[in-house]
Amino acid sequence: MSRRSQQQAPVDTNQPEVPEDELLSATGEGDEVMEEAEEQEGYTSSTPTSSLTWISWFCSLPGHDYFCEVAEDFIEDDFNLTGLNAMVPFWKEAMEMVLDVEPDEDSAKIPDVSIVEASAELLYGLVHQRYVLTRAGLHAMAEKYEAGVFGSCPRVYCMGCNVVPCGRSDLPGLDTVKLFCPNCNDIYVPASSRFQGVDGAFFGTTFAHLFFQTYRELMPAPFWKHPSSSGSLSPSLSPRSVTGSNSSQQAPFVNPNPHGGQKRAAGKVYVPRIYGFKVSERAKSGPRMQWMRIRPESPEELDEVDWRGRWIDDEEDQYDDGIDGEAEEDRRMEDFDPVRHALSPMPYRGAHILHRITQTMMTTMTTTKRKKKRSRRRLLLEEVDVML
Amino acid sequence: MLRRTVEDASTGSDSDYSNSWISWFLSSKGNEYFCEVEEDYILDRFNLTGLNTEVQNYTQALDLITDNLDDDFQEELRGSLDIQARLLYGLIHARWIVTCAWTGQDDKYKKADFGRCPRVLCQGQPLLPIGLTDVPYEKSVKLYCGRCEDIYSPKSSRHGSIDGAYFGTSFPHLLYLVYPSLLPLKSGPTDPTRGAGAVGLVPGAGATVDDPRRRGRAREELVEGSDGLGDTINTAAVALRAERYRPRIFGFQVNEVAKLQRWQEAVRDRQVARLEALEGP
Repeated sequence: MSRRSQQQAPVDTNQPEVPEDELLSATGEGDEVMEEAEEQEGYTSSTPTSSLTWISWFCSLPGHDYFCEVAEDFIEDDFNLTGLNAMVPFWKEAMEMVLDVEPDEDSAKIPDVSIVEASAELLYGLVHQRYVLTRAGLHAMAEKYEAGVFGSCPRVYCMGCNVVPCGRSDLPGLDTVKLFCPNCNDIYVPASSRFQGVDGAFFGTTFAHLFFQTYRELMPAPFWKHPSSSGSLSPSLSPRSVTGSNSSQQAPFVNPNPHGGQKRAAGKVYVPRIYGFKVSERAKSGPRMQWMRIRPESPEELDEVDWRGRWIDDEEDQYDDGIDGEAEEDRRMEDFDPVRHALSPMPYRGAHILHRITQTMMTTMTTTKRKKKRSRRRLLLEEVDVML
Repeated sequence: MLRRTVEDASTGSDSDYSNSWISWFLSSKGNEYFCEVEEDYILDRFNLTGLNTEVQNYTQALDLITDNLDDDFQEELRGSLDIQARLLYGLIHARWIVTCAWTGQDDKYKKADFGRCPRVLCQGQPLLPIGLTDVPYEKSVKLYCGRCEDIYSPKSSRHGSIDGAYFGTSFPHLLYLVYPSLLPLKSGPTDPTRGAGAVGLVPGAGATVDDPRRRGRAREELVEGSDGLGDTINTAAVALRAERYRPRIFGFQVNEVAKLQRWQEAVRDRQVARLEALEGP
């Protein structure tokens, strides 16, 4: 625990339980912490002018930049701590440390202060997980967000969209903190290794998303239209031009869904090219993952997919011109295939259906996948009947 | 873009300097992404076609790179010449890495010298350098992940200032096109042996002499429950196996995001159906 060793030095000057603190406290290290010092007066009667609380000291440690300062009255309310005492060893001592309360005389029986330090850290982290879901916590984190404390998305076409810390589990000790980007709805490893020691549970799985539900103006909308496009494709320009520069010329952005993101999204998707030519999706190494980043051009298009993830108007001939304009050319090439011409008067569809049937019969799919495709297979079989 | 002062440039140790300009350049800080271009390649004028219009003092810069610069070259011009030499080397490098001489880069890829994908669900997939344009002095270098097929900015600002044109827009795509066995899996932990699979690849040997057993294995990994037909890698349905993050509030999906993700997955399913149709029965 590197944190523990770092602690030793500042502990002597800042921890209220250390007697010298009273001598040093007159130096006063920051105005903003003074208020908190006064608030806790009732609890730390002996150090009314303590310059730095444990909480602000903890949040100022390197690597703890993502933490906001939890209000002490939040921690003092037992209701907010429900269930935590079972998870934190040395509960009482940890509480005393976090709240800067003078320890009882009998606390000397704990041999090593570092054990309590670890408990205090765990306690603070778990309380922090709850606190950032409150109005005050969300507000504190919003200030950090807008100041860019959490950094920005490493993905190039997110155009430096700010990210928020995000846990993958609400239980401590499982995974380190990750960063959630609201633009690509994905999570990333923090660039700096100093965050490798921060537990993701201290931020929790919910915070990032509740945050963007609360501050909708910070959340990019789920649709995006190429700024320069009036329906025409300008693929050669798309990866090069920058969205940010265009935003000024456009009308204010509105998402018709009042509960959705109200920010203009950075919707560009990377298109792989070799010597300027797009890599065809028909190549083995062709693009397979663009779906994960694309957005529909209008919010209405989102409604073309039902809650099970199927196209309501299940036209296989439809495709998204948003990502690959060349798909159409691919399709036409297919028509020149004599074998498939022989199969049916509808060359492409016929081949496709026959293939689909064999495919679904032969492949061993997982049960969920099979369930999803079953209705589609039935539909396809019906179409074959019609054709025969 | 590598606009360094001469003092900066001379940080390489003297022994390196006396060795050759290229090895000094490669060993200097911030140039970790570059690989060594063979001298024979540089000396073949055909490979340098057109570069004389891009680089000022082309002849002297080329001489500097190949360590043939006269000692009596004016000292005061050395600084600017150094910048031109770097530009020239970078542009030659962009051409070199898309030749079949992949071996140097291969090692760098396996060792993840270019870093690992920051996307959590890519599970540390090694990245490859890529430019957004082939024209110098426009965009800095980015990193391409073969797993999520997206591009990311380098972590370190040191690498963030390298010109993307020194790697070109085509390199990773051409690489995966020529060596499909290198294509990363879309799910599960990053397989270190996949990178090692290219050890046997010699420049010029091409992908056709690939070990059939390895290819078979790669295919198995790529398409689970494949129909057993054909002996090439089938990537039509790999996207179905890709993991993605689902935002949840107290365990419940967020409406608008879930809607977008359903739509995206419907687009994916459509592409998979299209590609499976192309594979044929």
